[in-house]
Amino acid sequence: MAKGENVMEFSEDQILRYSRHILLPEVGGDGQERILNAKVVLVGAGGLGSPVGYYLAAAGVGTIGVIDNDRVEISNLQRQIAHNTSRIGVDKADSAKLTYETLNHDVKVVTHKERLTSKNIMQIIRDYDIVVDGSDNFPTRYLVNDACVMLKKTLVSAAVFRFEGQVMTIFPGEGPCYRCLFEIPPPPGMVPSCQEAGILGVVTGVIGTIQATEVIKAILAIGHPLKGSLLLWNALDMSFRKVKVPRNRECPVCGDHPTIKELIDYEQFCSMSH
Amino acid sequence: MGDDIKVDKTLDIKGQVCPYTFVRSKLAIEKMNLGEVLEIILDHKPAVENVPKSMENEGQKVLKINQTGEKEWHVFVRKDKEKKKNA
Repeated sequence: MAKGENVMEFSEDQILRYSRHILLPEVGGDGQERILNAKVVLVGAGGLGSPVGYYLAAAGVGTIGVIDNDRVEISNLQRQIAHNTSRIGVDKADSAKLTYETLNHDVKVVTHKERLTSKNIMQIIRDYDIVVDGSDNFPTRYLVNDACVMLKKTLVSAAVFRFEGQVMTIFPGEGPCYRCLFEIPPPPGMVPSCQEAGILGVVTGVIGTIQATEVIKAILAIGHPLKGSLLLWNALDMSFRKVKVPRNRECPVCGDHPTIKELIDYEQFCSMSH
Repeated sequence: MGDDIKVDKTLDIKGQVCPYTFVRSKLAIEKMNLGEVLEIILDHKPAVENVPKSMENEGQKVLKINQTGEKEWHVFVRKDKEKKKNA
């Protein structure tokens, strides 16, 4: 940023609110300005999306999109911290908007109360800089990956299961995408049924907070993102592992000769939403 | 006040305490050009040590610290470093 472009004047409240960011040499006033100008969209306002949005709102990410067409249920509240008991029955996107905008008035939350499909995803994510996948199903995960590759959007992808979680940040054209790692969705029989899909609530908090960290690093262009490496975390062992993931030149969506040129709506086999 | 030092901008932050003394000084110097001098007026004694130290940690040059009253100090900092731009 050249001198003349640095026109933003922080308000007194902003100087205080973001002082601990501004103090960091890697952030400073111009880094905080970048955060305030960033546009990030969350796929899902559930276990992962809740903490991602919470920390992004606290950090001052200026525009946060929330894509979710579910309503808050009591069974969500063991882990989905953007919501609370008084919001049962409320649209999750509205509940998240209220939580985040109450935390920080600098944040504008845009709600998208739709289930993502091949028809609407491009239109929804087009206006954002970074996409955060906190979805709970494979069809959405692959749809989001493919759309981000096609639009060259940075995607912070994550998944959780029982006591474990994984995170990878996808920079289309620079590193591997989700399909480089797992080329096609698993067959329905290989996916745990809803009854088997328990999750320790805090696991979504840890993994979601790591996603938020990746988003902020990407906004600031600092540090080393999880590009080309999959981070695996196990709560019971309290172990972190980073596994190198090479870019697959034969990847059907981001390889040298892509065969997937249109978005695919895979069949939903278990939404695990409860 | 700065003797022979040519000041490009003066920031009077008397009444401010740490860490806001440095936060405000840093925001001011970020907007200046390399080689320009920022004069910071302080009345919070710990800041007289902390602000220059933090400025040096971030690569700026502290030219002089003048005490001008029982509780008033003028710190002169030259901008020597532009934050690295990664993108």
